[in-house]
Amino acid sequence: MRDIAPPLIAVRNLGVRIGTLDVLRNVDLEIHPGEIVTIVGPNGSGKSTLVRAIVGAVRPHTGTITRSPALRIGYVPQKLHIDPTLPITVARFLCLPTRRTADQIAGALNTVGLPDLHKRQMSALSGGQMQRVLLARALLEAPDLLLLDEPTQGLDQRGSAAFYHQIEDVRARLGCAVLMVSHELHVVMSASDRVICLNGHVCCHGTPEVVATAPEYRALFGTGTQGALALYRHTHDHAHDDDHPQPGHHHEDHAI
Amino acid sequence: MLDDFMFRAALAGVGTAVAAAPLGCFVVWRRLAYFGDATAHAAILGVALALALDVSIFGGVVVAALAMGTVVSTLSGRGFAADTVLGVLAHSALAFGLVAVSFLSGVQVDLMGYLLGDILAVSRTDLLLIWGGAGVIVALIGLRWSALLTATVGPDLAMASGIDPRREQMVLTFSLALTVAIAIKVVGVLLIAALLVIPAATARGLARTPEAMALSAGATGSVAAVGGLGGSFMLDTPTGPTIVCLAALMFVVSVLLSGLQRTH
Repeated sequence: MRDIAPPLIAVRNLGVRIGTLDVLRNVDLEIHPGEIVTIVGPNGSGKSTLVRAIVGAVRPHTGTITRSPALRIGYVPQKLHIDPTLPITVARFLCLPTRRTADQIAGALNTVGLPDLHKRQMSALSGGQMQRVLLARALLEAPDLLLLDEPTQGLDQRGSAAFYHQIEDVRARLGCAVLMVSHELHVVMSASDRVICLNGHVCCHGTPEVVATAPEYRALFGTGTQGALALYRHTHDHAHDDDHPQPGHHHEDHAI
Repeated sequence: MLDDFMFRAALAGVGTAVAAAPLGCFVVWRRLAYFGDATAHAAILGVALALALDVSIFGGVVVAALAMGTVVSTLSGRGFAADTVLGVLAHSALAFGLVAVSFLSGVQVDLMGYLLGDILAVSRTDLLLIWGGAGVIVALIGLRWSALLTATVGPDLAMASGIDPRREQMVLTFSLALTVAIAIKVVGVLLIAALLVIPAATARGLARTPEAMALSAGATGSVAAVGGLGGSFMLDTPTGPTIVCLAALMFVVSVLLSGLQRTH
């Protein structure tokens, strides 16, 4: 499948510098139509920065990001803070920046499981509702590529399981590619076509099976596959290595 | 009717309120109140420069306000603490402006007029500038409304939709400079920010959509302008401050009203 269609996004030798810190270096990455790709990595490994660079919100220091012509991106940010002085209903929010018909709005809210919410104020939404409304807005773009930056942060386990279920549903229905950042390794491993393990650079990548057994991945996340705990232990272990992420692990170059 | 100074004053007040309303909403939503202050205070520096160079005061104020707006946006984008930068710039612009005006020994400058406004002395030319400027501001913000709103809700969301938030910021900076230039005659440098913020804040409790908030801010501001004008005539008080006082009273009433709504 990968060699037939041209990639939606091709990232070549991407480096991002924020202040004097190299947040990303030598990142190569391609997203192909219809696939679900997940980025995993410890805190501060540049996951969000990579997504924001693809969106265009961060300027690359080196390298290029090539979008296929007329690519439509649906972006779901990690969180969205709307100032409480700004009165805005869910329906109005879904019309930013492009006007949608009432039918389109109702359809999108149905898809994300929030019918009858269009008159609600955005400031009155719970965390889970907010994430779903953000997803509905992304879906209204009829995206070729859905970008999700830790979309289930702040949701409980049941809520996040339901959210990921919805993503698979959406992919099946729209046929769009999905690139997401996630902390929940057990979900990632079951729901992704490919996994990219990031720690400032691409440590390893491939199908979930390949990545789960890669020594680089184990060096980052431990051998347990019950993600959250492994991740916690890992970051806890390395808390003293602030300025040099993960010095302990070695990695070979993997063809991408 | 334009021969009547009270009528001209009322038209000037309403024109300024109409221009300030949509912009004031963005000032409130984006927490730019201090930004508005700094830009307005730079106007006095613009007045001094315009008098020294013998060019139009309107032009001098627009240029000074635009320069200040650009400096503030650039500095706050570079990681300076925005609050501190604005505090330094707002007050030093005012101080430098006042000192600069004092150097102009040759001309008689009505300093109080620039600081507190002189709405009763609005001429036909002033009216033309005020309504022309208001038209430009409302048209500009109206045309870019959707993009401005998206960039205000989330800069990254805007980028993903192909909107450059920095360009929208420039639209606001330009509108703000123009608003300062037309409002200086009505309420004066010291109270321009009040005319931006108070009607918008008053409208917040009454509105459920951004558009409704901008419209009610326009209505609130117009009522404050006309009512303040009448009030200052009856009570023999300075007009600009009276307009702002009335706007502030309306804000208090709206807060009380929305508080009542919530408890019932």
